[in-house]
Amino acid sequence: MGLFILRRLGVMLLTALCLTFVVFFLTNLAPNLEKLAKTQGNARMSDAEVTRWLDNRGYSRPLVVRYGEWLGVVPGWTREAPDGAVTGRCIGPADDPAEAPTFCGVLQGDFGYSTVSAEPVSDVVGGRLALTGWLMLYAFALMVPAALAIGILAGMREGSRLDRTLSTFSIASTATPEYVSGVIFIILLASSTAGVSPWLAEMGWIEGRTLFLGSARSAMENITFWNFALPVATIALYGMGYIARMTRASMAEVMTAQYIRTARLKGVSFRNIVLKHALRNALIAPFTVIMLQIPWLLTGVVIVETLFNYNGFGWTLVQAASNNDIELLLSCSIVAVLVVLLTQLISDIGYVYLNPRIRIS
Amino acid sequence: MEALTWSGSLGPFLNPVMLAAVVVFFAAFVINLLMGFAGMRPADPIVNPDHTISYRMGPVDITLAAMKYAVFAVLACIAIFILGGILQPGMEAKGIIGGVSAQFLPVWIGLVVIFVLSIRYKRRLGLYGKLFDNLVGMIGFGLVMFWILTAIFAPTIATHGPIDVVASMRNDPPGSMVANAAADGHFAYYLLGGDALGRDVFSRMIFGAREVLTIAPVATLFAFMVGITLGLPAGYMGGRFDTLITFVANLVLAFPVILLFYLLVTPEIVEAGVPVYMAAVLFLLPIIFIWVLFYSRYRNQPGVIKWVAVPITLALLMLYLGTVFEFDPFVWLTTSFIGYLNQGNPVSDWMLTTRESYDPLVGIPIDGNLLIVFVAVVFVNSPTVFRIVRGLVLDIRTRDYVAAAQTRGEGPWYIMLWEILPNARGPLIVDFCLRIGYTTILLGTLGFFGLGVDPESPNWGSTINEGRRLLTIYPHPPLPPAIALMSLVLGLNLLADGLREESLKD
Repeated sequence: MGLFILRRLGVMLLTALCLTFVVFFLTNLAPNLEKLAKTQGNARMSDAEVTRWLDNRGYSRPLVVRYGEWLGVVPGWTREAPDGAVTGRCIGPADDPAEAPTFCGVLQGDFGYSTVSAEPVSDVVGGRLALTGWLMLYAFALMVPAALAIGILAGMREGSRLDRTLSTFSIASTATPEYVSGVIFIILLASSTAGVSPWLAEMGWIEGRTLFLGSARSAMENITFWNFALPVATIALYGMGYIARMTRASMAEVMTAQYIRTARLKGVSFRNIVLKHALRNALIAPFTVIMLQIPWLLTGVVIVETLFNYNGFGWTLVQAASNNDIELLLSCSIVAVLVVLLTQLISDIGYVYLNPRIRIS
Repeated sequence: MEALTWSGSLGPFLNPVMLAAVVVFFAAFVINLLMGFAGMRPADPIVNPDHTISYRMGPVDITLAAMKYAVFAVLACIAIFILGGILQPGMEAKGIIGGVSAQFLPVWIGLVVIFVLSIRYKRRLGLYGKLFDNLVGMIGFGLVMFWILTAIFAPTIATHGPIDVVASMRNDPPGSMVANAAADGHFAYYLLGGDALGRDVFSRMIFGAREVLTIAPVATLFAFMVGITLGLPAGYMGGRFDTLITFVANLVLAFPVILLFYLLVTPEIVEAGVPVYMAAVLFLLPIIFIWVLFYSRYRNQPGVIKWVAVPITLALLMLYLGTVFEFDPFVWLTTSFIGYLNQGNPVSDWMLTTRESYDPLVGIPIDGNLLIVFVAVVFVNSPTVFRIVRGLVLDIRTRDYVAAAQTRGEGPWYIMLWEILPNARGPLIVDFCLRIGYTTILLGTLGFFGLGVDPESPNWGSTINEGRRLLTIYPHPPLPPAIALMSLVLGLNLLADGLREESLKD
């Protein structure tokens, strides 16, 4: 087991290195750097000025060297201007060049500065991640129990009317991406001119103009049911169908097993068979699915945060990408990649742990 | 003339019926659910002394019957609305629902013809025919065919052009009259209203079907070709190649889709030429696949190789060079040759300059933005296909018929392409349907973020994105494309489900 985890960690590290290098490569392509120079410096710079601007900021050296600097395994660049002022990667505007560290990269815990907001990237990403964490937490708290319940109810009597109804529901939910369900939810529940809100307001049953809020901006300070229900429901709905279908398949398989038939023949009641004999074995497969669902939720989080104006991690990623804020984008991708790889690792380990029949050398 | 009502002249009769049916359905559903929790079961059949079986309906059965008839009533009302829309003269009488269904007339005819023919001959049509034994599969197939026919007949169905602007129609509600329509030769109404720029929402949705249904299936097909070309040898041969490709596939899968889209689908990346490099690799694999497919089978029949396989592959290569690199080997060779003969003359320079500006004869002109969207979608989808194919191959290669082929002395590529692949077709067809749906969702996501699409394009994703800014005040522009996208994906999922069920029955 130890060796297995060690090997998985090795592969994970290699994957993370490859992926960050790809992101580094794509964000540092020549047209991107030119765009960066023009947005940061002057929009009407000539080509020669752009080259000088990039030279002065260390962008014109080989890609691999700069990737090494960003990682913190290659000493950061320094440059002495004709007037004797020393600038460098690791030297901030207020720092003394003599005392600045030689290495400053991710390994030293320095994630760089966001070129757009001029704040340390770690500050920006940290706060945003916390906001997204709440969104994910509520979405999971809604999605997982609902999906498991649907899957178990559908799978315990395969082919029954209940099974068909719930299966159709889960297929429909996988066919409704977040940008469709979000729009429909807003129109039905949070629009002042359509859906149920005008009717409810007329009857005097709600205080404001709409039942739910169409924007989750106020949820950044204070989460309430009214401003957070729609984003959470939107994320949960799309992921729910897939988990429910996997749970149903797993439950249906368990229900045909020998030990269930034995329990049945002994005269155990159906309720006890489902709760005591089938459930525990049927939940092994959905565990992996749920873990692997987390990275998929990232796309949903980006869509929902854009749609509902919630400035979390997904929103930051969109901003960083559209402004070509290289260091912010790199940190965002590290976070995203780490989430993906960690969930894969946890699902592998958890699977071995939950299912004693599987032995990995 | 006034704005249209939703249900036209049939509304006063049918609306109460439909409403009553819906109320009955939900009431019966809730009562049935409560009785289910209370432990009540449907009545058991009673075997009479004369060996006939009869039922005595209990309360549970009555609610179930009520639900069934309520559904029939709603379906009948919808059918009457559609027929009324087609048969009644005058837009006032048709109403919006009738008007829309009258516009869809070619689609209805097409659907009826396809269903009647398919059900009539379903015993002779193999897996496709079996689909018509399955209600879920039939509904899914109907939804998919609805949108395919809509895409085919889009110019007849749409009432206006996808980018025709009537400035006075900005954000007008469904059923609004177009001012001076008769004089300008327009259709007199905006059936589903106008969007923020004064374009017809209905027509944009119809033309959007065309955009979505051309890109999504082709991109999925390419993803399958790439996945199969790499997955077959990885699963069959294993070894270093397998380890390497699996690592790369996992690498792509570990990349969050949205991040990849944001990094890849930007004008700067197009400028840097990345899509062309990616397309060069991704589009070459299908050609290799087709060549190997022919060669492994007809290696001993030089006639087939010479007259079928080689010309097809060469034609595809020309298409590939023309599409990806905008390069035409014939033009290049002839201009080089004539230029060489005329060295030192102005003719030579002229030849070289025309060569640069000459459009290739064979080759699909794809604009850089569309190419990157296409490449990105193929790139995201192919690792998953690769994994599925590899898993199937690992399972199938232990079968007896593979061992028999090996004993016969067949080459590895023959076994992979002509023994293993045909036997993996069931799960692959099912996954193909699901994946077209998933690709549609991905394309919608790209459109939603405004990545790589022309802002004028009637693509469903970008239409939803445009509409969401004024969503709470004017809800009608983004709703039709949202429902269209959902119904298409739902149809594909149901179709896949039906196909899976029917193919498992064999």
